[in-house]
This record gives sequence, structure tokens and C-alpha cells, in this order.
Amino acid sequence: MKSRHKRFLLIGIALALLGGATALVLNAFSDNLVFFHTPSEVAEGKVPQGRTFRVGGMVLAGSLTREADGQTVHFTITDTAKTLPVVYKGALPDLFKEAKGAVAQGKLDANGVLIASEVLAKHDENYMPPEAKDAIDRAHKTAQTLK
Amino acid sequence: MNIFRFSSPQTFYPLAGKLIPVFGSLAALFCAFGLYLGFFVAPTDAVQGEVYRIIYLHVAAAWMSMFIYLVMAFWSAIGLGLGTRLSFYMTQALAPTGALFCFIALWSGALWGRPTWGAYWVWDARLTSQLLLLFLYFGFIALTRSIEDPRRADKAGAILALVGAVNVPIIHFSVKWWSTLHQGASVSMTRSSLASSMLIAMLVMAFAAWFYSIAVTLARARRIILERERHTDWAAAEIARLGRELSVTGSR
Repeated sequence: MKSRHKRFLLIGIALALLGGATALVLNAFSDNLVFFHTPSEVAEGKVPQGRTFRVGGMVLAGSLTREADGQTVHFTITDTAKTLPVVYKGALPDLFKEAKGAVAQGKLDANGVLIASEVLAKHDENYMPPEAKDAIDRAHKTAQTLK
Repeated sequence: MNIFRFSSPQTFYPLAGKLIPVFGSLAALFCAFGLYLGFFVAPTDAVQGEVYRIIYLHVAAAWMSMFIYLVMAFWSAIGLGLGTRLSFYMTQALAPTGALFCFIALWSGALWGRPTWGAYWVWDARLTSQLLLLFLYFGFIALTRSIEDPRRADKAGAILALVGAVNVPIIHFSVKWWSTLHQGASVSMTRSSLASSMLIAMLVMAFAAWFYSIAVTLARARRIILERERHTDWAAAEIARLGRELSVTGSR
């Protein structure tokens, strides 16, 4: 084997080992690398008690209500399996809507309600003109009524 | 024609000089056309309105910042394996452009995040790994500049470039592997979840970023070649010629 082949082999082996080690480390810490937990994980008690954490999912359609002060909002986050009620006082991001993604950060109170200190909107990777979205929404509605 | 002829700095130097205006003008053309498509042809987004248009800068910069690091890792492997000086020069010529695009991606992302998510910055896996990429670029530039002996600096930089390349797939797959605030990829080799006119504008901007990167990297590589090869006759003659040109224009 020529010396330059040996060097390339060495570089290849070193990179493969480094990649493997990184994969193992990331796998071991994957619980800490997630940005938010799901309502199901909260229901299973996987979220530490009495500590601030984030929960993400969809804002349940029809769950958004505003208190008389105009600042405090109540809504429910769902991952379609479980739900979690959230209370938040403050301004919501523009993209925050029912049936859209959201991430809330806060602590659970004694009744299992998340007292949120921050609410973020999470949008998806689809981009389309309003006319296309209208067409999709109409088709969706038609499909629902046919069921 | 044997393309390996151009692995010698002396033959690469004039070739790079000829290619710079070609890629420079392509970059200007594609950038102008891409911005026109992005701002005047592509439709408004149904969910985000006009603010989504920062995507035409953001995605091109983010793709470029990741790709340049992989190219640096490639040249580093070639340099370490074959001992070719030009490979190390290319790695070092690429780094500032990679860092620039990485910074643009982070900055435009922050300006996009505030009106959509409601935050300039969050510590999710995608944003954090992209920030790590910027630090890897800074680290590479600092390391290669701080070692006195240029050949040792080449090797140290090459090892950092190869090790840091592990971060690039982490950036790419972060939105798949972990829950993040950043949305998933809109475009892959097989599908796109953008309206077609939006996709075309984005790809034109991506090509503009490519051409720009090639042009400035070649220009930087020519400076590095002259600096590192100044002990050779041809480079010394070229430096003298450039000096004469400079004094002629200066005295005018």
C-alpha cells in the first residue's frame, strides 16, 4: 500500500470513529436536545415536576378564550392523543392561531394547567399563495362533508 | 488536457484570474434576476404574508454556509492525503465566505423569527448547531492565522475542518431528529413544499450564492498563492508586476 493510500485510509477511519462517537453522544443526550415536550409526555409524567419546561403541539380548535382584561388567554395544546390546558398573560405572536402549531414555556400548577411565561408560534414548511390555500381548504371541507 | 496540471499553484493562478470575471458577472446576473423573481414575481404566502420573502436570502445563505464547510473538509482531506499545497490554500480561501454566509443565515433567521415565531432567537437544535458552525468558521480562521509556521497551520486547520464537518449533517437532520421550533425542510432532492414560482426564485438565489462564492474564493486564493509562493521566481515576478501597476495608478 502506498503511503498516500495509507493516509487516506487513516483519515477515513478517524472520521468514521468521530462520526460514530458523535452519534452515540447525541443519542444519549437526545432527551435534552428536544426543544419541547408533547402533551402525551406531560401526561406520562416524563416532564420534571416544579420546573419550567416547554410543551408543543397544535392549538385545539375552539379552545382559545380571552379573559375580560384582554391580556390573559386560555387555550389547549394537543398532540391529537392528549391535551394540556395553558394560561398565558401577554401578547401572542401574529402567527398564533387555532389549529396551528405553538410552543408554550412555563410551569404546571396544582391543577395540571400550564402557567406559561412565553408562547411561540410554530409554522410549517409549506409556502403557497392564498388562492392555492383557499382551494385546498375548500377541497378539505368537501371531503369532510362527504364522510 | 490534464486537469491535474492545475493542482500546481503556478498554473492555477492565471486560470483563477480568468475565471473570476466569469463567475463574478454570473453572480451579479443571477442575484438581480433572483431578487426580481423573489420580490415581484413570487406570490405572497397564505400564512406569513410578505415577511416570508426573506426566505430568498435566508435559505441560499444557509445552504451555502453548510456546503462551503463540506468543500473545506474535502480540500482538507485531499491536502492531508496528497500533501498538495493548493488544497490548503483553497480551504483557507473558502473560510471567510463560509463564515459570511453563516452569519447572514443566522441574522436573516433572527429577523424572520421575531414576526413569525415571536422570538429572535431560541436554543433549539437547528439554531444552536448553525451557531456552532459560525464558531467553527471563526475557530478555523483564528487557528490558521495564529500558527507561525504556515505548513503546521495548514495541517491544524485541515484537521479542524474535517472534525467540524461532523456538525453539517447534524444541522441538516436536526429538524428531523429532535423537536425544534424551526420547521422541517421545504426542499429536498425529490420534493418541494413551495409554490413553483417561489422555488424557482429560491434556486436562482442559491446559484447566485454559488457563483459569488466561487468568484471571491478564487480571488482570495490568488492572494494566498502569491503570499505563500513569494520565494519562487514566478510569484516574485508577479508581485513585482503588481507593485509596478499599483505605483503607476498611484502616481497618476
